[in-house]
Amino acid sequence: MNGRFSLARVFAMLGKEFIQMRRDRLTLAMLVGIPLMQLILFGYAINMVPRHLATVVSISDPGPFSDSIVAALANSSFFDVVKATNSPAEAHRMLAEGTASFAINIPPNFSRDLVRGVQPELLVEADATDPAAGAYAIGAITTIVSSALRNDLRGPLAARAYAPPPVNVVVHQLYNPENITRYNIVPGLLGMILTMTMVMVTSIALTRERERGTYENLLAMPMRPTEIMIGKITPNIFIGAFQSALILTVARFVFHVPMLGSLPLLAAAGMIYIAALLAVGYTFSTVAQNQMQAMQMTFFFFLPSIMLSGFIFPFRGMPEWAQWIGEVLPITHFLRVVRGILLKGNGFTEIWPDTWPMILFLFVVGAIAVLRFRRTLD
Amino acid sequence: MTALGNAIDVRGLTKRFGKKTAVNGIDIAVPEGQVWGFLGPNGSGKTTTIRMLCGLLNADAGEGTCLGYNFRTQAEQIKRETGYMTQKFSFWEDLSIRENLDFVARVYGLPGQRALVDETLEKLGLEQRQNQLAGELSGGWKQRLALAACTLHSPKLLLLDEPTAGVDPKARRDFWDEIHTLSGQHGITVLVSTHYMDEAERCDRIVYISGGNIVARGTVADIIAGSGLITFTVEGDGARQLAPKLRGHPGVVFIAFFGAMLHVSGYDRALLEQALAPYRNDPNLAIRETAPSLEDVFIQLQENNGGASA
Ligand SMILES: Nc1ncnc2c1ncn2[C@@H]1O[C@H](COP(=O)(O)OP(=O)(O)O)[C@@H](O)[C@H]1O
Ligand SMILES: [Mg+2]
Repeated sequence: MNGRFSLARVFAMLGKEFIQMRRDRLTLAMLVGIPLMQLILFGYAINMVPRHLATVVSISDPGPFSDSIVAALANSSFFDVVKATNSPAEAHRMLAEGTASFAINIPPNFSRDLVRGVQPELLVEADATDPAAGAYAIGAITTIVSSALRNDLRGPLAARAYAPPPVNVVVHQLYNPENITRYNIVPGLLGMILTMTMVMVTSIALTRERERGTYENLLAMPMRPTEIMIGKITPNIFIGAFQSALILTVARFVFHVPMLGSLPLLAAAGMIYIAALLAVGYTFSTVAQNQMQAMQMTFFFFLPSIMLSGFIFPFRGMPEWAQWIGEVLPITHFLRVVRGILLKGNGFTEIWPDTWPMILFLFVVGAIAVLRFRRTLD
Repeated sequence: MTALGNAIDVRGLTKRFGKKTAVNGIDIAVPEGQVWGFLGPNGSGKTTTIRMLCGLLNADAGEGTCLGYNFRTQAEQIKRETGYMTQKFSFWEDLSIRENLDFVARVYGLPGQRALVDETLEKLGLEQRQNQLAGELSGGWKQRLALAACTLHSPKLLLLDEPTAGVDPKARRDFWDEIHTLSGQHGITVLVSTHYMDEAERCDRIVYISGGNIVARGTVADIIAGSGLITFTVEGDGARQLAPKLRGHPGVVFIAFFGAMLHVSGYDRALLEQALAPYRNDPNLAIRETAPSLEDVFIQLQENNGGASA
C-alpha cells in the first residue's frame, strides 16, 4: 500500500512549484508590483497634507490667550478660522452643517487654569468622516497652540510654556466612531493586498494545470490530494510573508507608522490570515475551469472583503446583515488584530478574540478545499 | 496478477457524460506482455476507456482488474505500476527536460534518482539539451520525452493514447521500435490507441471501438477475415474517374483511393462483378481481386457504424 502521506512527494511538488514560480516573471512582477503600487497610491493619500480646513473657534473665556490662539490658528496654513463665536452651540451646529470641519472650544476659566498650570483642556471636535484630511490638522494643533502660548507665557509664567504642555488638547472625532486615522490605512492595505494577491495566485494553482492539460498527468501519478495542496500553497505563503514584510517596512520607515506591539505576534497572526486566504484560493481553484473563472471568483471574494471589513466603511456603521458577513471574513478580524498590535500594543490575550475566528475559517474552508478536490477528471 | 495472467481484464466498462454514453459496456482482456492496438474514429471513446482503466475517470458500470487490482477501488496501486501517456503532451512546458524527469522520479520515489535521470537522458540522446524547456521541443521530441517520463518508474502496463499523432514517419518508427523493446525485453503490456494502419499492423491484437461499442477485435488476419469483405482493385489511367460511376451501384459498399489505385469493396461477389463488368474490357484499366487491407476493413467498420466523427 502506498496510501500514506509522503513528505518526499510534497517536496517533489514544492520543488516543481518553486521552479515554475521563478520562471513566471509576469506573476512575480505582479506580486511585488501590486503592493508597491498600492503603497505609493495610498502613500500619496497619506502624505497629502490638507490645508485651510474651515474652523470655528468657540471662546468661552475671552482674553489675550484666546486671541493668541485664534491668531496662531489663523496664521497656520492648516486652519482657516471662518468664525470666532462665544457660543459652543453655534460651533457645534456649524460642524453638523459641514460649514466647519473643526470646532475648537476654549473652555471657561481657560486663562486662570493656564496661569495656575493645571493644563486646561482644549476640546477639539473634528468631523472625521474624512479621516485622512483631519489627521494632520489634529496632529498640528498641539504644536500650534503651544507655540502661540509660549509667546504669552513669559516672565514668571515661563515655566508653564514647556513640558508638560501648557494645555491638554482633547480630540473628539465625530461621525466616525471607529476613529480611523492615517495609521489605519496601513493595516487595511496589508489586509487588502494579501486578500487580493493570495487568493488570486492560489485560485489559479490547479486551474492552470487543468488549462494546460498537465492536471491529467498529475492525477495519473500516485499523488495524494493533500500532497498536491501543500506543494501548491507553500510557495504562496512565502510570497505572502514577503509582501507583508515589504508593506510593514515601508509603513515603518517611509510613513512612520508606530509599531507598538510584538512583531513576532503579528507575524504569527499574519500566517493564520494568509493560510485562511490560501484555503479560499485553493477552494476556488478546485472549482474554476479556467483562469478567467478563477479571477471572477477572486473578485467575488475580494469585493466584500474590502467593503465589509471596516476598511472602507466604519464597521459599526454598517447594517447588521453586512456586519454579519463582515464577521465571517478573515480580513475583518485581521484588520482588528493588526491595528491592535501596531497601534495599541496589544498582546496575545487581546487579539485572541479576533484570532480564533480566522482559525475557524481556515479549518472550515480548508476542509471544503480538500473535500472538493477530485482525484479524477469527472 | 490474476491467475489468467491478464494485465487488463475488465467487463462491462461504461461511462456516461450527461445523457451521452461515451463507452457502452465494453469488455477488454489483454494478456500480459502483449501489445494491443486500440482503434476507432474520433469521439468513439478510446481516451475515456483508457482514463477509466487508470482511475482518472470513475466508471458508471463495469468490473474487473488492472494488473490484478480492482480498477474501481485500487486506482492508487494501479497508478504506481502503470505508465499513462496522454493524448495531448501533458508534461510541464515551463520545466526543463531534466526537471520534468526529476519531478517524475521524485514523485514515484525512485531510488538513485540522479543516476536514473542521467541514464534516461543519455538513452534519449538529450543530455546536451537537458536544460532546455520542454515546451521548446518539437512534437517528435516531446513524444519521446513523454514516453521516457512515463516509463521511468518501470511500469508493468503502458497506456498510450494516440502517442504518434502529428509525429514524422521516422520518429514514429523509432517510437514503435522502443515499444517493441519494452514489450519484448521487459514484458510490459501495452494498450495503444492509434489511427495509423501500419501501427495497427504492428500490434498483437486490435480492438476496434465505435460509438462506445467494440465492433471488431482480434489479430489483423482475424479482423480482415471477419469483415466478410470482397475487394477489387482498379488500376490504370482513368481509374479515378470510375469512382463516381461505381458509387451507388447495389453491389458496391464503398470505394477507397489508394494512391492512383481504387479499392472497390462489397459483400456480394456476383453483384460486384456485375458492377465492374462494363469496365473489364477497357484496355487502360486493370481490375483484379485482392485481399482487403486493414484500412478497407476500418473504413467499412466506420461506415457501418454511423461513420462520421463525433
Ligand atoms: N469530460 C467529458 N465531458 C463530456 N463529454 C465527454 C468528455 N470526455 C469525452 N466526452 C465525449 O465522449 C465521447 C468519447 O470521447 P473520447 O473518449 O475522447 O473519444 P476518442 O478518444 O476515441 O476520440 C466523445 O463524444 C466526447 O465528446
Ligand atoms: Mg482520444
